[in-house]
Amino acid sequence: MNIDKKIVDDLVANDVSFVTTVPCKQLAGVIEEVEAREEIFHIPSNKEDEGMGLCAGAFMGGKRPAIIMQNTAIGVTINTLATLIQYYRMPLPMIISYRGELREPVACQVEMAVHTKALLAEMKIPTYHFHHQSDVEEFDAILKYTFMCNKPVAILTDANFWGGYGDQ
Amino acid sequence: MIRSEILRDIAPVLRDHLVICNIGLPSQELHMIDDQPTNFYMLGTMGLSSSIGLGLALAQPKTVISIDGDGSVLTNLGTLPTIANNVADNYILMIIDNGSYGSTGDQPTYAGKKTKLENVAQACGCENVIVCRDVDTGKVLQEAIDSKKMTVIVVKCDSGNIKLPVITMDPVVIRDRFMKAVSA
Repeated sequence: MNIDKKIVDDLVANDVSFVTTVPCKQLAGVIEEVEAREEIFHIPSNKEDEGMGLCAGAFMGGKRPAIIMQNTAIGVTINTLATLIQYYRMPLPMIISYRGELREPVACQVEMAVHTKALLAEMKIPTYHFHHQSDVEEFDAILKYTFMCNKPVAILTDANFWGGYGDQ
Repeated sequence: MIRSEILRDIAPVLRDHLVICNIGLPSQELHMIDDQPTNFYMLGTMGLSSSIGLGLALAQPKTVISIDGDGSVLTNLGTLPTIANNVADNYILMIIDNGSYGSTGDQPTYAGKKTKLENVAQACGCENVIVCRDVDTGKVLQEAIDSKKMTVIVVKCDSGNIKLPVITMDPVVIRDRFMKAVSA
């Protein structure tokens, strides 16, 4: 199974047509797939809170948005999640590269990894963790859930899910 | 002129368009001067007026005006390259540049010192950047709307605030009312 293609197929099938991204090595394939699809307007952001602002605007303009980012961005976006996305009750699927988990080669990534789930739990953000490739089968249902409840929803995707980092 | 005087002056122009209004006093002033369903008031999240406005402009065809401040643009300076590289000709970013953080007690911003936001916008690749005097804001804004070209307007004005109440409207009501106006 090509998980990059599966993720973007599910986005398109759920009418997600506005996607902002901040890159990560693990997300390179899915970002490339987003860029390639005619059904999706892809707008790279310089920072994740900026990206959430773009998504909020696109949602109010009638488009279904999504953001693709690293888990380090949870540290950047707490205020935006609380005072914009949650306060105004907007849906936002967050496809998150969960760096600092098993098979991580960069020690500093672990420093935010240990806080990631605790911060999401504190924010009362529904959180799903994709560890095995087969976990991606739930992605379609997670998207439907997100747009049903008008909440930000986190999908943490770790190195095991993406198949490791290759040769280091 | 101070910001509230400019908003009073341009309210007849703003009311026909979708407006994303910056956090704090700008939203409170616009709400008091001319509350409209086409106004989206930011109650928090400093810096994102320009980003929300760009996302909205890219998602639908109506004209969108983001009312921002020099301090807020400095908070989210990465917005200018994103705007420059994703041209939406129905989008106007109007930066009320009074050289100070008005909502927090008029502390000076760097835009009030050596930094020129119009030069920053141009360096980021924004193609239509107009600097205007406070008294010319309405005319310049109307011309930018009529041009149907994405425009960044930097309005140079005095710092200063008026006393007025906070917005008590529920955020979900603001958002729902605004979305109905967008799709109307």
